[in-house]
Amino acid sequence: MIIANNVSKKFGKLKALNNISVTCNKGECIALIGPNGSGKTTFIKSILGMVVPDSGFITFNGKNIVHDWLYRQYIGYMPQIGRYPDNMTIGQIFKMMKDIRDRGKNIPTDEDLIEAFGLNELLRKRMSTLSGGTRQKVSASLAFLFNPVVLILDEPTAGLDPLASELLKKKIIDEKLNGKLVLITSHVLSELDDLITQVIYMQDGNLMFHKSLEDLRRDTGEQKLSKAIASVMQKN
Amino acid sequence: MKKIIKYVIADILRNKIVLAYTGFLLVISLSIFNLEDNTSKGLLSLLNTVLIIVPLVCIIFSTIYVYNSSEFIELLVSQPLKRKNIWISLFSSLAGAMSLAFFVGTGVPILLYIPTDTGLLMLAMGLVLSIIFVAIAMLAAVATRDKAKGIGIAILLWLYFSLLFDGLVLFLLFQFEDYPMEKIMVVISAFNPIDLSRILILLKMDISALMGYTGAIFRDFFGSQSGLIIVSAVLFLWIIVPVWLSLRNFNRKDL
Repeated sequence: MIIANNVSKKFGKLKALNNISVTCNKGECIALIGPNGSGKTTFIKSILGMVVPDSGFITFNGKNIVHDWLYRQYIGYMPQIGRYPDNMTIGQIFKMMKDIRDRGKNIPTDEDLIEAFGLNELLRKRMSTLSGGTRQKVSASLAFLFNPVVLILDEPTAGLDPLASELLKKKIIDEKLNGKLVLITSHVLSELDDLITQVIYMQDGNLMFHKSLEDLRRDTGEQKLSKAIASVMQKN
Repeated sequence: MKKIIKYVIADILRNKIVLAYTGFLLVISLSIFNLEDNTSKGLLSLLNTVLIIVPLVCIIFSTIYVYNSSEFIELLVSQPLKRKNIWISLFSSLAGAMSLAFFVGTGVPILLYIPTDTGLLMLAMGLVLSIIFVAIAMLAAVATRDKAKGIGIAILLWLYFSLLFDGLVLFLLFQFEDYPMEKIMVVISAFNPIDLSRILILLKMDISALMGYTGAIFRDFFGSQSGLIIVSAVLFLWIIVPVWLSLRNFNRKDL
């Protein structure tokens, strides 16, 4: 579904991405793991067209994404930090996004998360008065709102309370079972165990490996993802 | 595009700074018109505040607003929208909101107290200057990722247009006082939208006689039909060029 081909990106002297080639398919739930500054967010941003690679290309459903923008209607993105215009209310944000996405087609929306997080009671609250966690809830609800085929979640559970992160995890599993492609970055590896099917490990802009979870478990002899990754990191 | 503008304008208009700016303009205009018996004298005092404060508030507020919206812009870019549409919407919303603030703060008092040609010209110039300085702010905000640097650039640009430029012109005039500079001055004034609007309004006020021979040349040029068309075109370019440059930069920018 998403194919990256020898994607490289430099910021000044820093090589943020170095010849990354990845293939992501439907029904997979892929964890992007790596130390800080390893290029995970840059990679996600190049899929979304926010960062334009220096060389290499990315295709979405077989079409090159350069100069294309319509493919993004199939993607739900939850950014690492969600900040919105201070004087907009939660309700206005949802309405604006619906206006942008709808294009007169009346796409059915998925408001499960809005209800689960109880955002319906906060619709009239201004964004500047919200806590970081509530803003994360808004970002998460926006990512799932339009039933996208691909979900890209950058540190989804950072800042969420345990209850909310359980709700979000349950939603991610549901969507994975619906045959969607989910890309997650997270540093809380223990959460990822029951979510993911594949692991992409990155370091200093290089793709170290892309394996299924079973392969990783077999190769390292560890059952827990956190232990498996720790043993990989020690070897490097 | 309209969809984004609607919500962003609503957001800007509820911003406390914009509300304070509107109130401030309203208080200044009303007090000037109520204190002065001679309305054209009042207009002259208003002219100076308009030419200093409007560009300053427009450029600084817009720069800060664009920087504060960086995460929101990222979110919009991840939606099925063209980058061009996002940037133009942001510019239109800022320009619309700042013009509206100026219209309520200064335009309404002008229409109430002196709905003459000169008053209307000043209203038009205030609106155009608001839009021009929002356009320049967009350029300053896209030039660098660093917010402090961006605001610094915006302040320097304002300083250049309202103070340094006049100094440079005076310097040129004194250096070349032996040569006929009058015609060149007309061309040079096109490089500063603030000066251009000041000249236009002063000429309308019939005090150009005070400006000597240069004033006569200006009167000759700006008073004619073709001169007015050229000035309008120049002011229009002052909007289009910064927006176009910033758009080109934004289209290639890594967010």
